[in-house]
Amino acid sequence: GPLSERHLMDVRLGELPAWLAACDFSPQGLLGGVQKAWNSYYDKYINVKRGGPAGISMLLAGYCLLSYGWNYQHIKCHRWRKYH
Amino acid sequence: VLHTTRPLHTTQQCLAPLPPLPEKGGEVRHGLIPEEFFQFLYPKTGVTGPYMLGTGLLLYFLSKEIYVINHETVAAACILTVIIYGVKKYGADVAAFADKLNEEKVAQALAVKNGAINDLETAIEQEKKEQWRVEGRSYLFDAKRNNIAMLLETNYRERLLTVYNEVKKRLDYQVAMQNLKRQKEHDHMIQWVEKSVVQSITPQQQKDSIAKCILDLKALSKSAQAA
Repeated sequence: GPLSERHLMDVRLGELPAWLAACDFSPQGLLGGVQKAWNSYYDKYINVKRGGPAGISMLLAGYCLLSYGWNYQHIKCHRWRKYH
Repeated sequence: VLHTTRPLHTTQQCLAPLPPLPEKGGEVRHGLIPEEFFQFLYPKTGVTGPYMLGTGLLLYFLSKEIYVINHETVAAACILTVIIYGVKKYGADVAAFADKLNEEKVAQALAVKNGAINDLETAIEQEKKEQWRVEGRSYLFDAKRNNIAMLLETNYRERLLTVYNEVKKRLDYQVAMQNLKRQKEHDHMIQWVEKSVVQSITPQQQKDSIAKCILDLKALSKSAQAA
């Protein structure tokens, strides 16, 4: 289909800049993108009849990684080696 | 909050019965990494590819100290152990409990639906019975017509009887009048005759009859004495 309506995984490497240019970066567009991403994740892993720990465990793992990234400047002070 | 902005029924055709929820979620290996990642790397690196990638990344982060080992690592390790132990031990029970709750909800909804269907079916049967009853209209009206005819006949006969009684009363009256008149004439005539007879008996005749009676009595007494 048209470039702007394909998923990121279906876009070939050469078309990536064009796809990024066609993307909608206004606040509503960003919010819509976040909305779609959450809905697809929710429908795939949480909104099922017999789910497992996978649904929230992935969210928690992502939260752990994000918070580690945000606090990295502070954690850097507790490194063991002097030279890296 | 995010759910309120989700667009509903954006397309023209909306499927009236919602499609049922999928049975199982997307496949996830070790509870953390979706299966798609493994399938993505399988053609190029085979089965062990993602694991080698994981090990390499982990050693890289540790050696370059992008991931620093501090007190939080120990805490994270303890927490993860407890969580994994809890999930492995009680996961099945919690899943069964949740399934039971779901089952009850579904059974309730099904019961309501079945109840509604049964009510409607009984309503349909009653309606058909009413329609069958309508066919008996002609018999009902025949019976009613018969009733009315009988009422009319009864009324007519009652009135006939009344007429007969009234006429008989008048005729009886006439007959009684005639009888009474004749009776009165009879009595009057008898009285008049008696009066005239009594009047016609002169005193002379009375004396003569009394003398005759005495003579007769004497003759009788004589004959009786003789006998």
